Amino acid sequence: MSAAPGSLPPSQPAGPGDRDPGGSAQPRMGFFTDTSVCIGCKACEVACKEWNAVPEDGLLLTGMSYDNTGGLGASTWRHVAFIEQPAPAAGSGTGAGSLRWLMSSDVCKHCTEAACLDVCPTGALMRTEFGTVVVQDDVCNGCGYCVPACPFGVIDRREDDGGAHKCTLCYDRLGDGMMPACAKACPTQSIQFGPLDELRERAQGRVTQLREAGTAEARLYGQDPGDGIGGAGAFFLLLDQPEVYGLPPDPVVTTRDLPRMWRHAGIAAAALAGAAMATARWRRP
Amino acid sequence: MSRRGGEKQMVPDATFTSYYGRPVIKQPVWRTPDVPGYLFLGGLAGASSVLAACSQQAGYGELARAARVGAAGAISLSAVALVHDLGRPARFLNMLRVFKPTSPMSVGSWLLAAYGPAAGAAAAAAVTGRAPRAGTAAATAAAVLGPCIATYTAALLCDTAVPAWHEAHREMPYLFAGSAAAAAGGLGMLAVPPARAVPAARLAVAGAAAELTAGQLLKRRLGPVAEPYRAGRPGTLLRTGEILTACGLTAALAARGRHRAVAATAGAMLMTASAVTRFAVFEAGQASARDPEYTVRPQRERIDRRESARREAGA
Repeated sequence: MSAAPGSLPPSQPAGPGDRDPGGSAQPRMGFFTDTSVCIGCKACEVACKEWNAVPEDGLLLTGMSYDNTGGLGASTWRHVAFIEQPAPAAGSGTGAGSLRWLMSSDVCKHCTEAACLDVCPTGALMRTEFGTVVVQDDVCNGCGYCVPACPFGVIDRREDDGGAHKCTLCYDRLGDGMMPACAKACPTQSIQFGPLDELRERAQGRVTQLREAGTAEARLYGQDPGDGIGGAGAFFLLLDQPEVYGLPPDPVVTTRDLPRMWRHAGIAAAALAGAAMATARWRRP
Repeated sequence: MSRRGGEKQMVPDATFTSYYGRPVIKQPVWRTPDVPGYLFLGGLAGASSVLAACSQQAGYGELARAARVGAAGAISLSAVALVHDLGRPARFLNMLRVFKPTSPMSVGSWLLAAYGPAAGAAAAAAVTGRAPRAGTAAATAAAVLGPCIATYTAALLCDTAVPAWHEAHREMPYLFAGSAAAAAGGLGMLAVPPARAVPAARLAVAGAAAELTAGQLLKRRLGPVAEPYRAGRPGTLLRTGEILTACGLTAALAARGRHRAVAATAGAMLMTASAVTRFAVFEAGQASARDPEYTVRPQRERIDRRESARREAGA
């Protein structure tokens, strides 16, 4: 029960800067989820729930596929997506004209430029020494700002305790030198955990290998530090466009535009003050 | 426009794909009427404080008093709404645990912490007639912070991944400033006879004009992303707000500082219009978060534009 982030000391060192956390002795840790070998067993979902004592959040059937989880949320920190679609001409082992299943285990991206962390007014969301993004449950006051700020729709507020919750990348396990529960439970090594640099290299190799083997549609998602979120700490190898998996194709952290927003808000405030002064000064004809 | 040689499409897909039509981003968990109500009340309070200070200066004492009291009342209700909206209301003081310019909510919390007491003190001095000097000082402080209270909420909404809010970040602050001015002016016209509320009527007219203009510019520039502002319930709400604003504006001009009943009606219409507009903006955001198309399509088009630019550069 005490595995929730609330049990962590509230004032962990903030870790290295936001840009590329992990410049210190402790490398930035992350996930590489290779969906080409995911078999949709949902062991990651179960292991995550078990280890982190995440409460049950609905036992409904969606009726759309084998996915009865639906999506990530306050009490779902790993979510396996199921997509049934016509296989591409030179498909991954299946013949042309047949159907194929895409399965992908989604998770918090632990963005380099994390919108949830930027907008959190209490400082409850923080960057750990592993470069991951974690909610301190004992600080969060449930303002809900992180919820619409996340470009991936990951974090959410729990109805019963009123706080925001999401994947911690098993912060407690990492502290003890263990790998996150989902990666440990994954039977096919679809979920790989390690230093982000190594994972990026490994992922590049895997994409090349798949393409050479005829899977032209293989692509990486979230591995590029030049993208709209400065690169994800948890990135993916996908076999179709991101939106097919429910992922935004080109997410940009909202705070990149914040300076412009402040500027316009400032000008508007000045205009309001100016208008009020003018209306009071200006004599009646 | 598929060509040989593995070249990719030159034009964006006519259809867009999603994961079983499920939303990509989460809908804001902020509740109605707490948050849209606060958007209205915060604007009303902030603009009323400026109006109070300016009309005091110009010798409209009765109007200044009414505006001070209105500001204090509106900001008190705002505080209640904001605390009530928290998932853990007992921890509202955690808002002042850190100061983060990257979080409009943090900036807003500090603004409110300074503005609220100032507006309250200004109103108390106006009502009791005691400590007029301290009252004027407090009113001046509230007047300086007031415009920020009225417009920071635009940055608050726009600094999210919600397409109808984020993409509107250029127009929203002006829409909110205009709406706040119209509401504050409207309150003054409602509370004080027109001959003694001239600045209120002028501010109301200017605010209503700005509100209408910013709303039109927003809808035009955003194109398809602005659809939630036109369609469905938020669309109806916004149209209602626009009609009320236009009627209030006309009535305010028609009152010509003489007809009490017309001026009061104009004031009431402008205040209602301001509130309705904030609810419309809030609900348009909810609608745009619910539908994955608003999230996916602009991003996919951005990728396509980037790729075709890259191809042209390479060619």
